Amino acid sequence: MCKKENENFPCAADRRSFLNRLSLALAGLVGAAMSLPPIAYVLSPLLSKPRRKWRDVGGLGEFPIGETKLVKFQDATSTAWAGNTAMTGAWLRRIGEDQFIAFSVNCRHLGCPVRWVNDAKLFMCPCHGGVYYEDGAVAAGPPPEALARYPVRVVDGKVEVETSPIPLTTNDLV
Amino acid sequence: MKLIKSILGWLDDRSGFSDVVMPMLRHVVPDNARWWYVFGSATLCAFAVQVISGIALATTYVPGGEAAYESLLYITNEAPLGNLLRGMHYYGATAMVVLAIIHMTQVFLHAAYKYPRELNWMSGVVLLFVVLGMSFTGQLLRWDANGVWSVTVAAEMAGRAPLVGPVIAHAILGGETVGGSTLTRFFAIHVFVLPGLIFAGVGLHLWLVLRHGISEMPKVDEPVNPATYKEEYEARLEKTGVPFWPIAAWRDAVFSIVVMALIIGCALFFGPPALGTAPDPSDINANPMPDWYFWWYFAILSMLPPQLETFVILGLPVVGLLGLIVVPMFSNKGDRAPSRRPWAVGTVVFGFTALVVLTIYGYKKPWSPDFGVKPLPASLVASSDPAIIHGAELVHQKGCMYCHEVDGYGGHRGPGLSDIGQRLTQPELIIRINNGGYNMPSFAASLTAAELTDMVAFLETRSSSSVRKGSAPSGSHVTE
Repeated sequence: MCKKENENFPCAADRRSFLNRLSLALAGLVGAAMSLPPIAYVLSPLLSKPRRKWRDVGGLGEFPIGETKLVKFQDATSTAWAGNTAMTGAWLRRIGEDQFIAFSVNCRHLGCPVRWVNDAKLFMCPCHGGVYYEDGAVAAGPPPEALARYPVRVVDGKVEVETSPIPLTTNDLV
Repeated sequence: MKLIKSILGWLDDRSGFSDVVMPMLRHVVPDNARWWYVFGSATLCAFAVQVISGIALATTYVPGGEAAYESLLYITNEAPLGNLLRGMHYYGATAMVVLAIIHMTQVFLHAAYKYPRELNWMSGVVLLFVVLGMSFTGQLLRWDANGVWSVTVAAEMAGRAPLVGPVIAHAILGGETVGGSTLTRFFAIHVFVLPGLIFAGVGLHLWLVLRHGISEMPKVDEPVNPATYKEEYEARLEKTGVPFWPIAAWRDAVFSIVVMALIIGCALFFGPPALGTAPDPSDINANPMPDWYFWWYFAILSMLPPQLETFVILGLPVVGLLGLIVVPMFSNKGDRAPSRRPWAVGTVVFGFTALVVLTIYGYKKPWSPDFGVKPLPASLVASSDPAIIHGAELVHQKGCMYCHEVDGYGGHRGPGLSDIGQRLTQPELIIRINNGGYNMPSFAASLTAAELTDMVAFLETRSSSSVRKGSAPSGSHVTE
């Protein structure tokens, strides 16, 4: 197998193919070492799920029974610089003494913000014309699912909504 | 003078500019190329505008959370020339998308993608998609309410993918919701990743132009035969070819000047797109809308049957990319002349017609509720009967007119009501309003019996004769 070419390179073919493989392997290792940490860093939001938090959205007295009001609260993760981009809205309706429904504002079609139209008792989406009934069920348009709901509770006369991920249609995590 | 000359001579000798670069610039091109071939270089010129204006904007833009919006306000309203630069970057992007599509259409119509230039075409298709990616991410960096909802829509679309959907959606958002980590990743993609891909892609694209030469204008009697094409091409070029620099290049220069004038002219006269309200995801009064080059897609998403939607949302970009990439694999030889390729011409005509029609639909958004609709004026109600007047108020108040038009007032999602009194009888109206219908909600729960009676009384007065009597507002479309 080993063909002697000259005194300095006694076994040239073997040596070349070995060095060829060695260099490729080392280059691959260098590449992996420099790119894996950055890739993991970019994907890190997927690995560390923030703990859900209960956010105070107002006192019981602010919500007359039967009325549907927009409430705003902060997401679970709040990077110091996020400012108002860390806010989320929900349509909150008081249905009993201390019973509430909190609808996500995200349309189940593609996530646009739905508006509550009180006189018609409908939620309507401005993007592609999705319409929902008072209970969040689809009334018209392209949405495939009813409006998502957030957990709500009443603690010491305060209404609290639990932070949740943006509802994803067909892959619900809420 | 002599000194400068000797310095330049030294630089040229050591760098090899005259030896290496000049022959590239002087590469021989067909003499019949003329004005057809200026679109590629103009796209490159628009890209240069984007790089330069983008760097300038990046010196003041703050890619994070709430501060991004503040910095956009500063760039637009206070920074010297900031408004002009934003305009140049916006119209430069528009020019790049439009020119890339014109360039591709020309290459397709002239079948310049056939042997041996298949890879030129494929690299161009990838570049087109990267450019579309640039325009989408760029639109987001205009971080107002529209930007926030554009990210949300993108995440929702990706989130529909089976199994990996949520992972991709959360990778897009930089978390489970829009927040402080969202904009920064789009900034990194828009400013580093995609431009890097464009530089690499343009490098490959231009290298391939040098390697295979510019294609000639298609001729009916010169079909492509891979076995003999290169020889014939070389032979023809030897006879009639001209050096690109400067015999052919002046047309590119002239056209690029026109493009530059248009970009700067639009930036000066029309200005950049207006900033919307602050990027607050809890602000539900946003009316999200993509920039105009995605209106056609916006329209498709509105008009699709829901059961097809997930397939189209996920499949269309992939099928579009792969479908375009494989074009030269299916036809890389034979006729180039458009007159011999009716299917190619038909594809272009069909594609552009669909694009224009869908874009117009996307702009008009007939499927969207008209939240700002005004109540009907008394002249159109044209009645002194209190029940009918009350009914007309209810038709506005209960949201009917968000989707239904009455004599030029209201939305277009549902059928117009201007002559509804002729089309439906009183019992039919009652049933329809109570039960709803195809794409219409039921209103049984939100109307009292008295309200329903008044509403129907008003609707019964709507007939085409009442349209003629009433004075419709100008620019209104009266139902036929």
